[in-house]
Amino acid sequence: MVKIFKNFFKRIFSNMFKGKKDIKLGFYGPPNAGKTSLANRICKDFTGEEIGKISKIPHETRNVQFKEKVEIEYKGKKMTFKIVDTPGIATKIDYEDFLKYKLKKKEAKKRAKEATQGIVESIKWLDDMDVVVVILDATENPYNQVNITIIGNLVARKIPVLIAANKIDLKKADVKKIEAAFPEYDVVGISAKKGKNLEEFYESIFRLSKKVKR
Amino acid sequence: MVRKKKKTLGKIKGFSIQFLPYSEIRNLDSNERIKKILGIILGNNILILQGKLKPEEETRLIGDTMAMIGHVKNFKGIELAVILGNGGNGLYSKFKYGLANVLTGGDINAITIIGPATVVKEMKKNPKKIELLLNK
Repeated sequence: MVKIFKNFFKRIFSNMFKGKKDIKLGFYGPPNAGKTSLANRICKDFTGEEIGKISKIPHETRNVQFKEKVEIEYKGKKMTFKIVDTPGIATKIDYEDFLKYKLKKKEAKKRAKEATQGIVESIKWLDDMDVVVVILDATENPYNQVNITIIGNLVARKIPVLIAANKIDLKKADVKKIEAAFPEYDVVGISAKKGKNLEEFYESIFRLSKKVKR
Repeated sequence: MVRKKKKTLGKIKGFSIQFLPYSEIRNLDSNERIKKILGIILGNNILILQGKLKPEEETRLIGDTMAMIGHVKNFKGIELAVILGNGGNGLYSKFKYGLANVLTGGDINAITIIGPATVVKEMKKNPKKIELLLNK
């Protein structure tokens, strides 16, 4: 009996003093849009460590990777996040596409198999996010169904969404086209590679994170 | 002398296009809908579906097809595109469109095109049209 009471009070007190949980900030999008580049930039800036490897070959990230306790400081305010970088979501995977990047057949097949598993994993993690940044390549057509499907799922789950139009350092980038495709959402043009316009990005993240009930 | 090679259409392996009215899936649950769609796609058919799937059904379809790659011979996934038929931007049009959706139980003005990636190379989409590029 004493043990039951002891456990009960222990649970109550630990919940009282545990404080707020970290906000789970997910990075979603199609392959090669720059999800890991952006996650790396944020993690490097605020923790000194990167989250994962980047590559020109699509599907470099094939497992969900995360970094906890990333304290982002913006205009004197601080928020702590769990950064979750997910594999790019695609509707088709063909190992032959990797052969163009001079991968050997065996390597390409392995990469394709891991990429399909990564996509399934990405989808499973959708339910677990507090805020999601959908990273799109601003040089590509935004009307790709994968983008619409990801955003549709986030809306259905009532998860706040920010669209980051990445690669604005490239001439072909067209942020307005992305804004026109998703007029109901916040769109911020950034360059994860060059670190361009990240202030506006952080401002949007802070604004959306305030909506999260913890 | 260098001869210019004539452009030809090349060989397109057999496929067919199936149209599925919304009434065929209206009363199905998500599992049954996905199963029906997969049955059509795996038969090397391009599906033109009246209406659209729910967002969670779309991700489920992507997840299920990903799990099939490597297990189903020659299957490389799907190409998917949805075009919405949201009428106009006016308040009345929006109301009429919303009411029609409620009465029919789904967005029957939308069109969803799904094809196996072995047949459909790419679906180019803009807000007003979908262009299908087929594999030769």
